[in-house]
Amino acid sequence: MSKAITTNSRGQWSRRLIGHDAVIFYILISVVIISMVTVNYFASTLTVGFLLIQVLPILLIAMPMALVIVSGEIDLSVASTAGLTSATMGVLWRDSGLDIGTVMALSLLVGVLCGAFNGFLITTLGLPSLAVTIGTLALYRGLALVVIGDQKVASFPKELNAFVLSKIGNTGIPVMMIFALIVIVFFAVLLHFTPFGRGLYALGYSPQAATFVGVRVGHAKFWMFVATGIVSSMVGIFLTLRLASAGPDNGTGLELSVIAAVLLGGVSIFGGKGNIPGVVGGVLLIGTLTYALRLAKVPETALIIVTGGLLVLSVVSPSVIAWGKERIRLNRVHREVQGQSASGITRA
Amino acid sequence: MSTVTHAPAVPRSSAFKRFFTAREIPVAGALIALIVVTYIINPRFLSPQSTKDLMLNATIMVILAVAQALVIITRNVDLSVGAILGLAAFGTGTVFDMFPSIPLVLIFVIGMIFGGLLGSINGMLVTSAKVPALVITLGTLYIFRGVLSSWAGSKQYFSGDNPKAFGNLSVDTLVGIPIITIIAVVITVAVAMFMSSVRSGRDLYAIGSDPDAARLFGIPVGGRVLSAFIACGALTGLAGVLYASRYNSVGALTGSGIELDVVAAVVVGGVAIFGGSGTVAGAAIGAVLLSTITGALTATRVDKFWQQAIVGVLILAAIIIDRVVSLRRARKLRVNEAKNV
Amino acid sequence: MKLFSTSSRGGRIGSIAAIATAVALAATGCAATNGDGSGDGGDSAGTIAFLPKQLNNPYTDVVLGGGEEGASAIGYDSEVLGPLEASASAQIPFIEQATQQGTNVIVIAANDPDAVGPALQTAREAGAKIVAFDSDTNPDYRDIFISQVVAKDVALIQLEIISEQIGGAGEIAILSATATATNQNEWIKFMEEELESNPDYAEIKLVAKVYGDDDADKSFQETQGLLSSYPDLAGIISPTTVGIAAAAKYISTSNYKGQVALTGLGLPNEMREFVKDGTVQEFALWDPAQLGYVAAFAGKALVDGTITGAEGDTFDAGDMGEITVGENGVAIVGPPTRFNADNIDEYDF
Repeated sequence: MSKAITTNSRGQWSRRLIGHDAVIFYILISVVIISMVTVNYFASTLTVGFLLIQVLPILLIAMPMALVIVSGEIDLSVASTAGLTSATMGVLWRDSGLDIGTVMALSLLVGVLCGAFNGFLITTLGLPSLAVTIGTLALYRGLALVVIGDQKVASFPKELNAFVLSKIGNTGIPVMMIFALIVIVFFAVLLHFTPFGRGLYALGYSPQAATFVGVRVGHAKFWMFVATGIVSSMVGIFLTLRLASAGPDNGTGLELSVIAAVLLGGVSIFGGKGNIPGVVGGVLLIGTLTYALRLAKVPETALIIVTGGLLVLSVVSPSVIAWGKERIRLNRVHREVQGQSASGITRA
Repeated sequence: MSTVTHAPAVPRSSAFKRFFTAREIPVAGALIALIVVTYIINPRFLSPQSTKDLMLNATIMVILAVAQALVIITRNVDLSVGAILGLAAFGTGTVFDMFPSIPLVLIFVIGMIFGGLLGSINGMLVTSAKVPALVITLGTLYIFRGVLSSWAGSKQYFSGDNPKAFGNLSVDTLVGIPIITIIAVVITVAVAMFMSSVRSGRDLYAIGSDPDAARLFGIPVGGRVLSAFIACGALTGLAGVLYASRYNSVGALTGSGIELDVVAAVVVGGVAIFGGSGTVAGAAIGAVLLSTITGALTATRVDKFWQQAIVGVLILAAIIIDRVVSLRRARKLRVNEAKNV
Repeated sequence: MKLFSTSSRGGRIGSIAAIATAVALAATGCAATNGDGSGDGGDSAGTIAFLPKQLNNPYTDVVLGGGEEGASAIGYDSEVLGPLEASASAQIPFIEQATQQGTNVIVIAANDPDAVGPALQTAREAGAKIVAFDSDTNPDYRDIFISQVVAKDVALIQLEIISEQIGGAGEIAILSATATATNQNEWIKFMEEELESNPDYAEIKLVAKVYGDDDADKSFQETQGLLSSYPDLAGIISPTTVGIAAAAKYISTSNYKGQVALTGLGLPNEMREFVKDGTVQEFALWDPAQLGYVAAFAGKALVDGTITGAEGDTFDAGDMGEITVGENGVAIVGPPTRFNADNIDEYDF
């Protein structure tokens, strides 16, 4: 209680400027500037295009994932959902004779079903999401293999492949970013400006309390998992068109990168804390850093260490800082108490 | 807390009843059913060579699952085991390269110490930073793998580089059972006994079911969790040494991606993902079940593409069974309490 | 109350920072377009980037060793880029990196013939020449493919060896790499055709094809599976270095040693132990270093404009002499070599 009051009295601005998500952006901007100066070829429109296209899948899935984690749950099945979507899309396109629009719409349905199945197990049966989605991680990837086998389908319309990689005029920004922006804004508004979003924070804080204040816990969670499934499916479709190839292994391993980026973006794994701009910052930071280091010819092995180190640092540093502050506060209290008792003694 | 107070009551209930309500039974049942059905379809599934292969394939997974169960029971998880296994396996190759005549016992000790050190890094980060193990070990998964990749580069150690006696550990048998499988069984039994009858082992359950209560009860939570991570790392290190004995080559990619398989085996074996319940024996059986599925599918010539989907279904089935069992138990407790009043 | 304040604070400061970053990124783009292409011309004749299927693979190392030798012979700066794991999508960022660096020649071994296509297309539009080696891409996306050997020869030599070892009759199986690997599938296709058509092989029956994904464990288990489910199996062909080594390790430690013949494509250094202990009698391969070496020369010829990758083009390949481009822009390096107990110690790769 007293702690909250002291922080408040210290002025909102200083707090804003040193908050976790602000720090992420300072680091991001520094990385961009330093790379522009020191890394050959980094300062180029090509960077914008390649970099954004590379982070796009992570950026998209990170949005619903942020909501899921804010509400105190987790979804590890996202990459497998994307893989199953890709496999389904490939088989439909090869065998059904439907036009590509219908095929894509039907593939999106895969995400709805995958998400709804997760949501059903987690909310209706009350199972832990971590365990459930480890199970569906294997199940959906397995189904992808069952659907398409070890075949690849690569005969998608060339114009569509080209469209996915096209840029807005001369800016170098991929057209797909407009689509990503819509998704980002949608989830940002949903989380920060609607009762539903505030309900998710309450859920992450304490599900019991959330029920008491009138959040329909099961309902909210169920739809979040459906949303995650849909976005994962979109990524599956995007990857298929981008690679011009549908296969069972598209998107493998994406789940860990997404979670790493979301956590780096300041979302607490305990739920109840975090925001969309921070997550966007986290995704861009990992993406930019990796991109710049690769261009600077840093070995690939060092990059993995950097990613892991960033993740550990981002979760450990808040508690280290908190611990440090606590020590300083305790020292002060200690001194004050000593001072008081000392003065007390003289008075007596 | 509740586990601690209930533990002394266990011996009072009949051993017979306890056996049939144990969480390991459905898993073991599934394993037996799988083996019987496969055998009926293809009798060669249990030919001497195949049986030996089944045991060998399960061995490393069993040790990893037992190690992981220790950590999961305390309401933590260690995702970095794949990288630890790889580091220990590559380390084994390196040690043999430098000291070809090193005694075999020593190589196991080195592997376990190496793994234990890596585990202690995880444990210290988790206990000191008070951040969920899922996040920390996801980070160290990347870091350890990166360290291994830069250490190993494209260097690989082949079975031919190791002493013959070392490779023979996974060839020679004692009464028909491969030596490394015997090692795994001994470890499982030892850890199971530790967990059920030693005070500090039971503390791990208490910590997993309610960390705050465990702390109030006077259990040194940080220390116990740290030791669980060290033990997990050491056993994983041991598995890494055995891996080097079993397979042809160890290099930068050894063990990548097995972390989720291991967690899956533990969950299938009836250990609750949020700690506090389950046994290492169950986890070991879960590991055997998952590794046997691969062999069974090949033997029955079922399309291998189904394998992963089946594993997924098994995991879901395991957690649903857990849920049902715990609901039923809760109801029974309520009824009993009502009677007592 | 507390929740609300947290989110709105984060929202505002975050959005300001987000806009700032977007501006910075856009500025990057505008400011530096003129810097493009100037590159670091220096004193080298050009730059060449090698993109193997994955780094840290012993076979790849030998190929790349040859590539670097070739690059220095033609006076190009060379670099090696690539993912740590062999997957199609993992290669793409590296193609893009090479594109951005203005690399003159990209030499690639494709993990998936189509998935790398769009990225290679972009690279070509930026002026790079694309040389595929080891494993081909879709011919639309590259200028030339340097093939180790005539695909059919590779297939036939393996059939010949297995036939000699099993006495021309019996069941055989194939242990391949990934199911999508272009080179593997082509060899397998030729083997199947030859088994069908050649009367010498009339009594040999191909009963199974399994995929070990160039992963040691997986190949190991697939070998076990093959041997336990096909009791009458007489021989296994594994046209991949990882597969044959894993299969040899398994057979050498099992009851099947001496019962089941094994051959395929292997690296002498990896197979030496198994040839000496009798698990494997004979296997084949080409000299991988020549592949990288010739690819470097082909890249130079493309940049210089002396060839376009059309059928009938010829280019100088240093120590390897003159090489002619064949059908579909495929250039062949040399004949496969057989390795057995008599000659294996003469090779070190």
